[in-house]
Amino acid sequence: MEFRTPLARARGLGSAKVGTTHWWMQRVTSGALIPLTFWIIIFLDLSLNAPYQETLEWLTSPFNTVCLVAWIIAGFYHAALGLQVVIEDYIAAEGPKIIAVWTVNLGFLLLALIALIAVFRTLLIG
Amino acid sequence: MLTNNRPLSPHLQVYKLPLTGILSITHRFTGILLSAGLVFFVYILYALADGSNTYAAMQSFTSSLWVKLLYWGFIYALFFHLCHGIRHLIWDAGKTFDRDTLNRYAIIELGASLVLTLITVIILSK
Repeated sequence: MEFRTPLARARGLGSAKVGTTHWWMQRVTSGALIPLTFWIIIFLDLSLNAPYQETLEWLTSPFNTVCLVAWIIAGFYHAALGLQVVIEDYIAAEGPKIIAVWTVNLGFLLLALIALIAVFRTLLIG
Repeated sequence: MLTNNRPLSPHLQVYKLPLTGILSITHRFTGILLSAGLVFFVYILYALADGSNTYAAMQSFTSSLWVKLLYWGFIYALFFHLCHGIRHLIWDAGKTFDRDTLNRYAIIELGASLVLTLITVIILSK
């Protein structure tokens, strides 16, 4: 016999939880990424084509450093948020879903940290 | 997976997706591809931080035709995701939901992502 009201069940296991923050941060990071696209394209072009010294000088210029670091934070966060939605849409079983979501979240956190530390190490060289 | 014999609604394959539907799934697909591309971005940053030798090794790897193709695929995916993402932001504001506008913006979005990619190719390859 189920004595809990539908509202009580919804509060415990409903779809709501912390969805608003997820949805909102997806939008906030997307807004930040629109102008920052410019810097990531310049950076990729330099890294693939320019001599070492030129890429180094570009990255160590303070404004470029800030924009690239901002892109890394917003971009990796945005990617993890987006992939979480994809996982939740296609993996129905609760256990594998939670494992997949956290693997993606922690994986992208780790990648972002590696990227940030690489930027700071590059600053020490330049 | 199937635990009972309740009737299912017709699955996705029986429908001919309209242009808006194709763009929608492409947005998700490019998002996944761009996320995968972030791993490569971290590799580039690592090469930069590790010094000119690793940087040169990275560039000799990325100068192959396959990597160049992947790179331009990444840039197009980036612009597509950007253009469709902007439409999502407009939808979030509650605008442009009627059918004619949806179809018109779909064409504009496709055109804009192609034009942005072409402009980038032209500027970067000169």
